[in-house]
Amino acid sequence: MLSRRIVPCLDVRDGQVVKGVRFRDHVVVGEIVELALRYRDEGADELVFYDITASPEGRRVDREWIERVAREIDIPFCVAGGIRSVDDARDVLHAGADKVSINSPALERPALVGELADAFGVQCVVVGVDSLRDDDGEWRVRQYTGDPSRTRALRKPTLEWIDEVQQLGAGEIVLNCMGTDGVRRGYDIEQLKAARAVSRVPLVASGGAGTPVHFVDVFREADVDAALAASVFHSGDIGIPALKKELRAQGIKVRL
Amino acid sequence: MRAVLVDAGGTNIGSVRYALQRLGADAELTSDAARIRAASHVILPGVGAAGPGMRMLREAGLVDVIRGLTQPVLGVCLGMQLLCERSEEGDTECLGVVPATVRRFADIPGFRVPHMGWNGLRLTRCHPLVAGVREGDAAYFVHSYAVPDGDYALAASEHGTSFAAVIAAGNFMGMQFHPERSGALGAQLLRNFLSL
Repeated sequence: MLSRRIVPCLDVRDGQVVKGVRFRDHVVVGEIVELALRYRDEGADELVFYDITASPEGRRVDREWIERVAREIDIPFCVAGGIRSVDDARDVLHAGADKVSINSPALERPALVGELADAFGVQCVVVGVDSLRDDDGEWRVRQYTGDPSRTRALRKPTLEWIDEVQQLGAGEIVLNCMGTDGVRRGYDIEQLKAARAVSRVPLVASGGAGTPVHFVDVFREADVDAALAASVFHSGDIGIPALKKELRAQGIKVRL
Repeated sequence: MRAVLVDAGGTNIGSVRYALQRLGADAELTSDAARIRAASHVILPGVGAAGPGMRMLREAGLVDVIRGLTQPVLGVCLGMQLLCERSEEGDTECLGVVPATVRRFADIPGFRVPHMGWNGLRLTRCHPLVAGVREGDAAYFVHSYAVPDGDYALAASEHGTSFAAVIAAGNFMGMQFHPERSGALGAQLLRNFLSL
């Protein structure tokens, strides 16, 4: 039986892991490989590296650190940020990443999702979706969320976009619920349940993790395949071994 | 020992090579028939689709070379599927050294495709390739097509249906999951293969 996955997300800037509001007040948390190995040792099932410099500055992801991670790490990892073309993705995958995640570039040009799937197979292609509920009650997609000054609210309903990218060739969806992100009061179960209902591919919950109970709830109620979190892991507020023990005690299948 | 990695265009070639290096072994990446024939161990990695994978092997003139190998050969993920007779993916004729047809996972509610993540192994046959593997040990899978469970399976896994996770037919072996991304278990399996 497939285990539910726990996925720490690491923001990378200039070859180091940083934390802070995405584009401001960055503090260096540590060296990439060192942190990756620490999470591996603690039992992370997969890692996501978000290159926060590549994306807004229109730069391509630096291959060098991806290769260093690939040499050392023996669990899967995904690279997000700065991937705008099949060539960009090939660089990242050949450097050793297992998956690439695209977000705003897919909204600019949805055909990119299909091009990546044709070139590398759907299993490599993750589509990240940033979503927020509008005043009329509809969840809609946001673009360029990495940079608050450029963030745009699109007319596209989130659930329609999730359906569309799967038809184009997405092999996994990461739904970042912006309304719950950063406040640590739990994942957006209602939205994730709705996304689950339209997702035939694996669905990853993102945004809102604060306590182990939040993970239990999102797996049990929204039936997501994986739960992503950043700050609660980096701060040490939640240790992955203790989290997994709790999940197992609650009857949720995890890899120990 | 002189292991080689066959270049069939898979994007995980680097990762498999790094995994071997972590074990203190190295493997040259090659599509040269003479070097492949002369190797002690041959690894066929692969990520992608069956059709393009076979096309690359044909264009490199490697189809009969691989079929004729007598040393231990290991297919990883798509590489394992290419060892079979056919794949439903693009209705592709494959290498045909393992008597099986690769099929797409059926649509079963609650079982997402691609099958992605850590899943447990059920041992079905004793073989030095799976020495030291314990029942329920988890490996990292990511695939939409699978080889059905059968006599050639050394270990199976479940995703709505039972499928072959590790196979062996004579000197041809395969792992559906990614040993290079399966932690200590993956390292053990690669070590086992290099010891054959």
